[in-house]
Amino acid sequence: MSETSRARGPADSTDGREYTRLDAFRALCLARFRESYREPEVLFWGFVFPIMLSVGLSIAFRNRPAETLPLAVIAGARAEPTAAVLRAAPLLRAEVMAEEAAVRALALGKVALVVAPRADGSLEYRLDPSRSESAIARARADDALQRAAGRRDPLANTVAEVREPGGRYIDFLIPGIVGMNLMSGGMWGVGFNLVDMRIKRLLKRLVAAPMRRPDFLAAHLTMRLVSMVIEVSFMLGFGHLAFGVPVRGGLASVFAVGALGALCFGGLGLLVGSRARRMETVTGLMNVVMMPMFVLSGIFFSADRFPQVLQPLIRLLPLTALNDAMRAVVLEGARLPALSAPLAVLVMWTLLSFAAGLKLFRWS
Amino acid sequence: MSEGNAPSVVVRDLHKTYGSVEAVRGLSFEVAPGECFGLLGPNGAGKTTTIEILEGLLAPTGGEVVVLGRRWGRDDQAIRERMGVCLQQTVLSEKLLVDETVQLFRSFYRRGRAAEAVIREVELTEKARARVGTLSGGQKQRLAVACALVGDPELILLDEPTTGLDPQSRRQVWDIVNAFKAGGRTVLLTTHYMDEAERLCDRVAIVDHGRVIAEGSPMHLMTSLGGEHVVEIAVREDGAGPMTASAMEGLPGVRAAHAEAGRVVLTVTEPHVAVPAVLERLRAGGWALSGLSTRHASLEDVFVSLTGRHLRDE
Repeated sequence: MSETSRARGPADSTDGREYTRLDAFRALCLARFRESYREPEVLFWGFVFPIMLSVGLSIAFRNRPAETLPLAVIAGARAEPTAAVLRAAPLLRAEVMAEEAAVRALALGKVALVVAPRADGSLEYRLDPSRSESAIARARADDALQRAAGRRDPLANTVAEVREPGGRYIDFLIPGIVGMNLMSGGMWGVGFNLVDMRIKRLLKRLVAAPMRRPDFLAAHLTMRLVSMVIEVSFMLGFGHLAFGVPVRGGLASVFAVGALGALCFGGLGLLVGSRARRMETVTGLMNVVMMPMFVLSGIFFSADRFPQVLQPLIRLLPLTALNDAMRAVVLEGARLPALSAPLAVLVMWTLLSFAAGLKLFRWS
Repeated sequence: MSEGNAPSVVVRDLHKTYGSVEAVRGLSFEVAPGECFGLLGPNGAGKTTTIEILEGLLAPTGGEVVVLGRRWGRDDQAIRERMGVCLQQTVLSEKLLVDETVQLFRSFYRRGRAAEAVIREVELTEKARARVGTLSGGQKQRLAVACALVGDPELILLDEPTTGLDPQSRRQVWDIVNAFKAGGRTVLLTTHYMDEAERLCDRVAIVDHGRVIAEGSPMHLMTSLGGEHVVEIAVREDGAGPMTASAMEGLPGVRAAHAEAGRVVLTVTEPHVAVPAVLERLRAGGWALSGLSTRHASLEDVFVSLTGRHLRDE
């Protein structure tokens, strides 16, 4: 920005500096970086929101110690001794109720199981077989009552407890949020932003200057890659410090997968924003592209839960590929050659979206 | 200005159609180096289409365009290096600072002017570290002009540079354009403001329905009306009935007369001869005068006499 001292004639008002194409590219990158990180929305959606999401979901789906299950014993002659045995048993909470109240409590889900001691000494368990806690409560209650009645177990056994990071819900979630962030970063940061600049005629103004058009798009993508490094480091760092989420793969692999994801969604953003001249058009298109992947691509729960017939289709979605590859690297320490299938999907989408996006692109 | 006296801009028989709409139909003009040339006309006359073709943003349907001795499609980069552009209603990036914005545009040109110098020239030095989003309308427009000037161009193209600005901001933009012109550079602008064309332009082309309907210096066009003065008269409605323009024709000093919105507008060479004659004719006809005003003819009058419409009608 400084004026050099190279003197020129009074009629010549130039600053005496000669700018190269590289200077212009650098200035475009810098402008893009400043624009995005001065946007409060970018900071919120890129950093605050993912943290809120992961903290919220980690609380909702925390790996709990085995839950104490409530059950009801129907009032009667043998109710109290039965309830006493159950109260002494681990992870059960027994309460004696009149039959009518017990049935209603079961129907309302307030108790997992109703135990009805019969006069002849036998037991009746009433439960809803579709509720897994009912089955667990029945197994625990039956175990306790049978032992109290004198059962001896023929096989001796011990329990060894294993708790290792990597298998918890939060471990699954953090790489998924990284993938989700790369998707929305590309769609909003490239697609929406280009349409915004087109509507404001800023694209037109830029091409009326001797700015090279490819450099402008290259600057956008370069800054997506820079943002990717910042966002991925931030999210994985947060997961590691706050929840002990491991990063087992090499950082080079992590960022290679991240870069491919950022380019792929940058390309899809370019395609989605290549022609639209109205905000409604581009936000509609973005929803059409992102919504199915939010649901199907295994951000919050494994994509394996969907029916088998859908699996080939789901594996072809770019976010599924990104999430699979990122999880494999982060959680299992996988190396890139082992990830050829998801990486090939990402490369395919990247090439297709750039080819179509650049062909369709309009500057005004 | 390496071309010597070759025109900075040549437009010959320019045509542009959008589907079935003919926006520009055979428009021609030339702009000489160092000249400020104005395209004057109502909205929809084809001014913006013409200037965007000159800026290389639109392809013409037909005709010839030469800018700084070069043609679009062959020397695009060379033309852009030497030309500054201010589009109609560009919204520059709101999150960038003023000096960052000017510096960004500076970086696109191989040679150009220091950003600070241009910011000083458009009187935004105090706002140099302010975000573009916080500027007033007039300040934003001066910033847009700064972005046009920072490449040290030989030619600037300004599309309605002061539309929507307050009077003081308009004058500031005029001062900047006049300073640029004073450096011997060429300006082409579009406007639908008469006073703007009269203040800035050495020559204007009046454009209507995609054609040039008159061309010349503002003074030349105004005297082509036959008189440099305009007299407007109005009569009371309870008098001898409506007054017709033909009643005033042929009076001494009156070159033309037409009725307009209940008044009669006269083009006059010598008001001191014409006005007494007009008053005498009114008295003879039994009309009672309710209003009389005289003023210098303007380009607006030229436009009305050529088209029968006002520039701002649309």
